[in-house]
Amino acid sequence: MLSDLVFWGLAVVAVLSGAYVFRVDSMARATYALAVSFVAVGAALLLMRLDYVGLVTVLMMVMEMAVMAVYMVMFMGMNPALMPMSMVHGNRTAVAAAVTVFVVLGGGVLLVDWPARRGVPAPDTVAALGEALMGSKMLVMMAISPVMIATMVAGIALAAPRGRYDRFGDDLRERASDPQPGGVGR
Amino acid sequence: MPDVGVVEVGATWAPAAVAVVAGLAVAASALDGALAARSAGRPARTGLSAPLDETARLLRQRRRVTVAADSALWRAGGGGLLVAALLMVVVVPLGRFTLADLPVGIVWFNAMDVVVWAAVWLAGWGPNSAHALVAGYRFLALALAYELPLMFALTAPAVAAGSLRVGEVAASQDGWWYVVQMPVAFLVFCGGVVAFSVWGPFSVPAGADVAGGILTELSGVDRLLVQAGRYALMVAGSAFAVPLFLGGGAGPLMPGWAWVLVKTALLLAVLVALRRRLPALPPDRFAEVGWLVLLPLTLLQVLVVAVLAVGRG
Repeated sequence: MLSDLVFWGLAVVAVLSGAYVFRVDSMARATYALAVSFVAVGAALLLMRLDYVGLVTVLMMVMEMAVMAVYMVMFMGMNPALMPMSMVHGNRTAVAAAVTVFVVLGGGVLLVDWPARRGVPAPDTVAALGEALMGSKMLVMMAISPVMIATMVAGIALAAPRGRYDRFGDDLRERASDPQPGGVGR
Repeated sequence: MPDVGVVEVGATWAPAAVAVVAGLAVAASALDGALAARSAGRPARTGLSAPLDETARLLRQRRRVTVAADSALWRAGGGGLLVAALLMVVVVPLGRFTLADLPVGIVWFNAMDVVVWAAVWLAGWGPNSAHALVAGYRFLALALAYELPLMFALTAPAVAAGSLRVGEVAASQDGWWYVVQMPVAFLVFCGGVVAFSVWGPFSVPAGADVAGGILTELSGVDRLLVQAGRYALMVAGSAFAVPLFLGGGAGPLMPGWAWVLVKTALLLAVLVALRRRLPALPPDRFAEVGWLVLLPLTLLQVLVVAVLAVGRG
């Protein structure tokens, strides 16, 4: 009973703060309203005894939103800090898409004949989830991770305005000439 | 020895935990006041009343308001530090007793220290003041450099104990504290605690060169909350180091809870004293140190710990 109430409370907080993202006129408020929404979702996951998944959701999303606020403020010209700006664009399409998705999903919830539960939850849901995600796919994961790391490194190398040839000269033997000195004295 | 496992006490004990954190925070502030008085050439005891003086001063001070401040976010940020600190101590076992014996207590602590990112940035953003805003960005720049080493430092004891449950990590270091086995992780963890408390070498977000940074526009009770939050974060971090690296409640003669308090207080005193011993680290310098020195060091530390753990079977 109590956990039902807490769940519904969290659900309302998650939806309302999610909607608030589009109502405010400040980038910082929009970002942190989204963070609150994610924290409520993470707390709902905790209620389902998915401790690890719930906490990692909170951890990653708060960190992500903290960094996102920086980028949003940085890229949205005209200093949204001082100048209120609308958080919506492409209004009609967005509203139509949102209503359609809501009707389809909500209709699905009401119309589908839900099966009765077979079996019981695993004693350790997190381990079960990990098994389901990784157990038979371990080889794929092992192959994908170096590719992902290589992609990230390549992306950064391509995006960096100054590569090592700029810093150390053509034969990579000069002392680094950096506009901003690093902390380890290279 | 805490080998009987950890007992979860009811939520009615939460105010007691708050009182312990508050007591330690006041003690830390008094110690800082005494050290400040000594370095100013006055007798150290004249600085002991610093927390009381400052609290009385701030409680009587009128709240200063800036133009077009985002008060909601500003207050959320200012109060958030204290909230994060109190949530951290929820999973710290005081000897055999803990408020919440979460199976993923270490991840809980980690999530709460990330909440500090949001809180400090919001405290910088809220007042609509250039210096405070610069300070908010400074903190995030520092955070991007200290957080990953801190995460791996938290991973090391968890790998060695084979558990993310704080009580089990404490119980697994039987006479062989993890601070001995993984000194690098311990030092990096302490650095992380100092960093998320915006203290000592990591205090540039509250530095004098930006007119006090996040503290610039804070006055009255808001400033009191932020300052109390910084001390409380340092208390929570020191308290968390005890089950992770310092053997939890292990120790002769005294009961477990007393040892936890003593160890917490000692580590806290060291962290407070560091403020006057180390220079402040500019974020642009520390970024490279964090990524090129600390991160590989902590990774190596985790590797060593993992190999030892596998060797033990």
